[in-house]
Amino acid sequence: MNLANPQLNDHGELIHLLSLDGLPREILHGILDRAAPFTAVAEREVKKVPLLRGKSVFNLFFENSTRTRTTFEIAAKRLSADVINLNINTSSAAKGESLLDTVDNLAAMQADMFVVRHASSGAPYLIAQHLAATGRNHIHVVNAGDGSHSHPTQGLLDMYTIRHYKRDFTQLTVAVVGDILHSRVARSQLHALVTLGVPEIRLVGPKTLLPASAARMIDKGPLRVCHDIREGLRGADVVMTLRLQNERMQGALLPSPQEYFKSYGLTPEKLELAKPDAIVMHPGPMNRGIEIDSAVADGKQAVILPQVTFGIAVRMAVMSMLAGGGS
Amino acid sequence: MRIEIRNGRVIDPASGMDRAANVFVANGKIVGAGETPPDGFTAEGVIDASGCIVCPGLIDLSARLREPGFEYKATLESEMAAAAAGGVTRLVCPPDTDPPLDEPGLVEMLKYRARQPGFAHVHPLGALTVGLAGQRLTEMAELAEAGCIAFGQADVSVVDTKVLLRAMQYAATFGFPVWLQAQDAHLAKGGVAHDGAIAARLGLAGIPVVAETVALATYLQLARETGGRLHIRRLSSAAGLELVRAARADGLPVTCDITTQHLHLCDRDIGFFNAHARLTPPLRSAKDRAALALGLADGSIDVLCSDHTPVDDDAKQLPFDEAEPGATGLELLLPLTLRWASTAQLPLTTALARITSDPARILGLDCGRIAVGAPADLCVFDPAARFIVSRERLKSQGKNTPFLGQELAGEVRYTLIDGHLAYAAEKLL
Repeated sequence: MNLANPQLNDHGELIHLLSLDGLPREILHGILDRAAPFTAVAEREVKKVPLLRGKSVFNLFFENSTRTRTTFEIAAKRLSADVINLNINTSSAAKGESLLDTVDNLAAMQADMFVVRHASSGAPYLIAQHLAATGRNHIHVVNAGDGSHSHPTQGLLDMYTIRHYKRDFTQLTVAVVGDILHSRVARSQLHALVTLGVPEIRLVGPKTLLPASAARMIDKGPLRVCHDIREGLRGADVVMTLRLQNERMQGALLPSPQEYFKSYGLTPEKLELAKPDAIVMHPGPMNRGIEIDSAVADGKQAVILPQVTFGIAVRMAVMSMLAGGGS
Repeated sequence: MRIEIRNGRVIDPASGMDRAANVFVANGKIVGAGETPPDGFTAEGVIDASGCIVCPGLIDLSARLREPGFEYKATLESEMAAAAAGGVTRLVCPPDTDPPLDEPGLVEMLKYRARQPGFAHVHPLGALTVGLAGQRLTEMAELAEAGCIAFGQADVSVVDTKVLLRAMQYAATFGFPVWLQAQDAHLAKGGVAHDGAIAARLGLAGIPVVAETVALATYLQLARETGGRLHIRRLSSAAGLELVRAARADGLPVTCDITTQHLHLCDRDIGFFNAHARLTPPLRSAKDRAALALGLADGSIDVLCSDHTPVDDDAKQLPFDEAEPGATGLELLLPLTLRWASTAQLPLTTALARITSDPARILGLDCGRIAVGAPADLCVFDPAARFIVSRERLKSQGKNTPFLGQELAGEVRYTLIDGHLAYAAEKLL
């Protein structure tokens, strides 16, 4: 295990996917390159390749998510893996079993891969470090979202989408709009965008939804904070909207969903400030009329459904890269 | 037992002494420090301190012993062995036991259990409010009689400022000092790391510096109002230090301490969610750390403490935000002080003062010095001996420290408490 970056082995190869933080450009492009042919698998009559035949993938979800779990399940099944779904918040954790005890038990069932979602930032690191400390580095960990920290496969599918529509990252202006403070999606996007050479990244939102020192959260990242969405969108090539959680719409962070929509909701008028060929992305599920206007969500600049399709291919790429041996 | 500590370099920060000398101990007291023994002195045991430094036993202003209530994390026996091995001869334990130290009976029991030969002197910090709940005052006069040296709230804030004012007034009535940790309960709520670029990157909920400064501003105003003596425990930020400096310049008799963790580490040391770096208060930015180190050197910060908090493995092997805060520290107080002295290029008399004579001054007790008639609480250490911090080496039941795996210099050879040999790395001659 590499102490400087626990998701890489001593040869710099990916053994877990925990975060996009610290992953070199070659690895990011390597995953995206590998995903490209998998998009074609979905169009075949038999939507399967045998890369993970005989392997067991455990979807370990300590936090509910139907959508993400399903996309991982589809990706694993298209790779011919056996998939076991576990919703832990309704089983072991409720009985008082610790996270690492759960992991040890499932590892004893000859798991090859854990796809982990957890409400605590860093939980997949704890699992990966525990597997390394107990000599079980052959079990791979894929982070499917941890707290506010990271959601690397979402970040990768977003990069795949941008590369698909825009080709070159090094000429782009990207605006990330919304609840950046609590968003693991935003953090993953930012790391990838910086690594891939995007020269201008704007963080758009009210002060209550931006982290302290937001502009410095990535070393040497070209991050710029904009509290005015118009300033943030002007001339942008890519607009990434974030989901606003229900519980944050009214309270000490924001007064009301209506006021949020008025200030930060993506409407056709505001989108006109971006480049005419700008694309609009959203990680889903969308709150129409809160962070995004239906006219934008269903408009011709939206690439939200292609994101979902690419998501399966990207997850297939990650899983096959970790557990499937050579390409 | 009459002991002669021979051929050591004797450093006594209280008097500024730093020279080769022998120290003579009889009947629990220091009976001489110089070339020749006092008249009629014959040693029953001799410590060869060649190449070693002889200094007053260390005084740690914050060390949790975990009794009563948390014996699965540590016991008096395990932590007293750790104290002795660390050269610590006197310590203050915060009241956050289970139940909290809010009743004279609990304090008496703790004092009684700790009164054993070879155990460090224990000064409990009494709870300021019943159950640390911040509502009703404790029987402070009774608690003081039972052995409490001051009153505080450990990590728990008094949310109701009026109760805090009353508690400080009441303590001031009897001249009892109040020791508080500056952390606004609302501003710190839910946070697990310094609210800066690192927490932003790791997606950890932040505790902003204003959580410290807002509470501190309130405490300083209340101390002015009540005229009581205030000690701020475990300061963490540069801005907090400035508030304390300004209050002192203004004549307020406020003192403060920081921990060895905050002296040497910052939020970057969280690395990939290292739960050993989960501390209260949180490790702050590199700039804060640098300011604290300067403040400790110039005396704006009075004392360096270990904030010893043994935590069981089960409570640490959890995701960062679920892990219990705290680090074991009694055994690392001396080597971490020496590391600071070496990097800051400070004379040892200055550095050692922060863990001997300065805490003695805050306690208001005759201790922490090498002088004829003073209690024979002494530490003999080899400043050049290097070691790696490891689980196996730590005598504390808590193996939790962010310094695990690091090489430190300064190994305790002997610890004397009231003239009793509490720890010996080697036999006496």
